[in-house]
Amino acid sequence: MSDSSSENRPAEPPPAGQPSGVPEEPVGERSMRDKPVAERSIQDKSLNDKSVILSDDPGPLPPRQDLDVVDVRHGMFGAEGTGDTSGFDGLVRQVAIPGATERPYGGWFDAAADRLEAVLESNGLPDALDKVVVHRGEITFHVKRERLVQVVQQLRDDPQLRFEFCSGVSGVHFPNELGAELHAVYHLLSMTHNRRIRVEVTCPEADPHIPSVVSVYPTNDWHERETFDFFGIVFDGHPALTRIEMPDDWPGHPQRKDYPLGGVPVEYKGAMIPPPDQRRSYS
Amino acid sequence: MTDTTHTDPYASAQDTTGGKVFTVTGHDWDSVVAGIDGDAEERVVVNMGPQHPSTHGVLRLILELDGETVTECRCGIGYLHTGIEKTMEYRNWTQGVTLCTRMDYLSNFHYEAAYCLAIERLLGIENDIPGKATVMRVLLMEINRISSHLVAIATGGMEIGALTVMTIGFRERELCLDLFELITGLRMNNSFIRPGGVSQDLPPESLDKVAEFVAVMKKRLPEYAALCNENAIFKARLVDVGYLDLAGCLALGISGPVLRSTGYDWDLRKRQPYCGYETYDFDVPTRDTADAYGRFRIRLDEMYESLRIIEQCAERLRGMEGQPVMVGDRKIGWPAQLAIGSDGMGNSLDHIRHIMGESMEALIHHFKLVTEGFRVPTGQAYVAVESPRGELGCHLVSDGGTRPYRAHFRDPSFTNLQAAPAMTEGGQIADVVVAVASLDPVMGGVDR
Repeated sequence: MSDSSSENRPAEPPPAGQPSGVPEEPVGERSMRDKPVAERSIQDKSLNDKSVILSDDPGPLPPRQDLDVVDVRHGMFGAEGTGDTSGFDGLVRQVAIPGATERPYGGWFDAAADRLEAVLESNGLPDALDKVVVHRGEITFHVKRERLVQVVQQLRDDPQLRFEFCSGVSGVHFPNELGAELHAVYHLLSMTHNRRIRVEVTCPEADPHIPSVVSVYPTNDWHERETFDFFGIVFDGHPALTRIEMPDDWPGHPQRKDYPLGGVPVEYKGAMIPPPDQRRSYS
Repeated sequence: MTDTTHTDPYASAQDTTGGKVFTVTGHDWDSVVAGIDGDAEERVVVNMGPQHPSTHGVLRLILELDGETVTECRCGIGYLHTGIEKTMEYRNWTQGVTLCTRMDYLSNFHYEAAYCLAIERLLGIENDIPGKATVMRVLLMEINRISSHLVAIATGGMEIGALTVMTIGFRERELCLDLFELITGLRMNNSFIRPGGVSQDLPPESLDKVAEFVAVMKKRLPEYAALCNENAIFKARLVDVGYLDLAGCLALGISGPVLRSTGYDWDLRKRQPYCGYETYDFDVPTRDTADAYGRFRIRLDEMYESLRIIEQCAERLRGMEGQPVMVGDRKIGWPAQLAIGSDGMGNSLDHIRHIMGESMEALIHHFKLVTEGFRVPTGQAYVAVESPRGELGCHLVSDGGTRPYRAHFRDPSFTNLQAAPAMTEGGQIADVVVAVASLDPVMGGVDR
């Protein structure tokens, strides 16, 4: 059977305006940036969700949170040109992740942020932090990439911060966040104070360089190799930045969003089912 | 006669770039020995693995030897890389459980739990998880800790030639797997812990079986102590081998029993409790020898502590009969129900009757959740749990869709394996096996 038969399956999911999960407003053409902040924050579901407030450990949620649009999606099912007459192919959805949070952050977050800012100030690095995000009871410090090593050095060595344990680095790829497509996310743990923070650094895909923190956290040796392997982020200053999971001569970086998953179409009862990354999806 | 290549009547001279070449034919061994005398290289590089019975899985060790002494040790990994994290990006949130349970196949419940806790944090339903589901998670995780430690001790024993330790270790592990089979339907790769709770209620006879298991284990665990703790050969192989102190552990990000063998009682179950661990009564065993023997004893002691937790779980579950095991929010809780029919486990006929004949809403929920899945609000979360090997972290990023935008697991085996050079360089080659076994890496988790 030809490929087109998969589009004639009888069990076509009914068009649904409201996805079954968390209720969501489809955002029109109007940019979120044009809206006043109060209206914009409606998009942040965590503020409408009563259960979040119950589960928030370090205290009440911050009063206001920006949203950073990282992507714009069109259509409903990720499929184009299929003759979808439902009208959903005209849908535009902005993917907005929690952005900068205003003080107070709540709990020990303020004290830690104050201390970090003071330490950076006294070391001549007042501009090292881009923004601070508090979301779901976790605090994220967005650090300028050229300042990363100095910042984590202070985070580790200052007695009031003392994040002596690094849980490695994880990459995230936002192909449509221009100028900051690749993110490196570090999770730090202070065993002394029993606290966790997240440090996030971005770099553009055209210049995928981030300084290595192996000199501060030797444990990141393999983690940075893994992130290089999967995302192609070059950690400058790493003692031996080579691939670790993929074979040495592997082309490309598999965890990037533009790298295909692979797979072959499968025939099932006469119909061809395309591989997972080419099927209709709801995202 | 120092250069044999030119005096050999059967082989002509060769030009090489890699040093002197000796072509040996017939009986001219004497001339070879004379030829390498003096300026020979002592350095020998041995490739151990990836298919080697003593490397704890498909781990490749590249050892540089000076006689029997290891001068350099490097690990080659990636032989079991299956791209699970990438695959998870193309499956919905619930299906991700089925994938992450296959990472570290010896402590799979911890992976399921870390993943589900991270989803629940992103959904903001951390406090809505039914108490019974949480207790069942703890019960399964602690049985899993025992089975994982049993394999660690069993394979570690096998690798140094103590085959009885292996046979009894796997014998007891089978009891754990029987319990998993009874409760979840599968021995391994259970995918039983789901976002919002667990997939099914306890079968009626399971708590009695758990009690039987605890009774048997209390009898059998002392056998390990009697067999190994003071065994002269066992101690000769393990004591002072694979030494790594506290500073080394923190620098290399080592956690779990290896960290606790330095005397630091860091255990996330106590320090940053999740799943209500703060309400259970148990201790964190430590040793201060920082060697392979200390780690063996810690694993042995932790199994007793896990038994204590299992007993407390069973007691709580006895009072929770009939309580829900899945979150009440119908837009998240998995709607399908299973039941035992005449042809084995399958869809519950009651559930099908309900959705097909009684409730249109239930049918819609069933259809939407099973085909599409629920949506998770944008954001990222990092949840760490204490797996048998140390800090297991799950970093999830959501773009507001029905699938994880990025799922990353901070695997303790992966991180701990970095300590292999620090533990083995300068020691004997036979101790490499012991040191790696004391780290207890599971290659399914290392390579993911």
